[in-house]
Amino acid sequence: MGINLKNATFEGWRRDNGRMGVRNHVIILPVDDISNAAAEGVARNIQGTLAIPHAYGRLQFGADLDLHFRTIIGTGCNPNVAAVVVIGIELGWASKVAEGIAKTGKPVEYFAIEQNGDINTIASASRAAYRMVKYATALKKTRAPLVDLWVSTKCGESDTTSGLASCPTVGNSFDKLWENGNTLVFGETTELTGGEHLVAARCRTPEIRDQFMKMFDRYQAVVEANKTSDLSESQPTKGNIEGGLTTIEEKALGNIQKIGKKCTVDGVLDKAEEPTHPGLWFMDSSSAAAEMVTLCAASGFAVHTFPTGQGNVIGNPILPVIKLTANPRTQRTMSEHIDVDVTGLLQRKMNMDEAGEALLDCIIRTADGQHTAAEILGHREYSLTRLYESA
Amino acid sequence: MTVHFCVHDEGDSVGVVVVEGIRSGQTLNGWIMDQDRMIEFPARSDIPIGHKVAIKAIAKGDTIIKYGVDIGKAVADIGAGEHLHVHNVKTKRW
Repeated sequence: MGINLKNATFEGWRRDNGRMGVRNHVIILPVDDISNAAAEGVARNIQGTLAIPHAYGRLQFGADLDLHFRTIIGTGCNPNVAAVVVIGIELGWASKVAEGIAKTGKPVEYFAIEQNGDINTIASASRAAYRMVKYATALKKTRAPLVDLWVSTKCGESDTTSGLASCPTVGNSFDKLWENGNTLVFGETTELTGGEHLVAARCRTPEIRDQFMKMFDRYQAVVEANKTSDLSESQPTKGNIEGGLTTIEEKALGNIQKIGKKCTVDGVLDKAEEPTHPGLWFMDSSSAAAEMVTLCAASGFAVHTFPTGQGNVIGNPILPVIKLTANPRTQRTMSEHIDVDVTGLLQRKMNMDEAGEALLDCIIRTADGQHTAAEILGHREYSLTRLYESA
Repeated sequence: MTVHFCVHDEGDSVGVVVVEGIRSGQTLNGWIMDQDRMIEFPARSDIPIGHKVAIKAIAKGDTIIKYGVDIGKAVADIGAGEHLHVHNVKTKRW
């Protein structure tokens, strides 16, 4: 049995820059929080578009502003996006975002609200969005080898069943995808606390190990500088504790199961940076689900795998999020949120290879176009990571 | 046979309850996953699904081992079969 990954294919959209997308969104992308209303107005006018409102984009500076632009531009560049309408309060930053996205070769147009007002901006941007939907819906799907699929992972509302079964299931599939030459990412820097030595030992070279440990130590210093307690209730969360996780070390050891047994860590990324070669990447990132998944989308990943214990319901506007659980209570009470049921692992009714295959099968079906639970239920969480206060 | 709790590795101090409704006094079937063998153990507390059971006696100050790795320290004595969680174990980090 088993899926032969070398021969496996999926059907998606080949973008001008060569990347394969598995969705074909026309997005209306605000540069800043005050352009959300206009972006949502365009999306109401033009069927087949998706506004991506968010909370930030004004008076940021330095590394925090760089991250804002990298995340917004990266979202537009993601291969699951066919075309983009950018709307900002003024032209300067709107054009900067549009130019960043245009490098992929996909259609982008940008609009500013100042000197036009919301109503005229919505009218002009709606005409552009109309043309883009015509363009996008005429694009033909093409078949591609599975190796062209970029797959990310992050877990959430973890409990002890995550470390026992659902995270190792991702690990099993990541081992197979990694051997196949796929591009993969994991992150959640603080959620490696207590197991950082295990990740360091998996780094492919001493240089990568040094870069990883620098990122890990920097994040620990942020926690140490700002904490008012031992972080119990935040890390682990109240939900984690309800689910039986006692300490950050225990949570981290479960989390790390997602990188399997064979993969090496082949490189490190700053937040929302795009990988430059295949392999498993570590991205320095928040452990908050919506922030981390948003960063994966901005880094160019096309399908996301999300193990949950207690039942995190997260989705993303452009990145399909596949959820799996091994917790029988979660499967019983929240089954509409779960794409892959691996509860059988804990009763020895399924082995880890079978669970990994079930997840790979779901990854391929999702890439071929089947909607995930989060897509069907309308979960489109898009959360930008901030590094510090605005000016 | 129903698996009531799972243990990652035979050197661990704890198992994880994987069914709902475990009551004190109940005999539990445990699966040690890395070595793939079954053990039997009596519960000495009511333990919710997902929560941990001590599979050996643990003294205050002892290190708790799970996945064969240190996951924190006991802040109270914990008897074999008892519920092990935030009331008797704390992180060593942060």
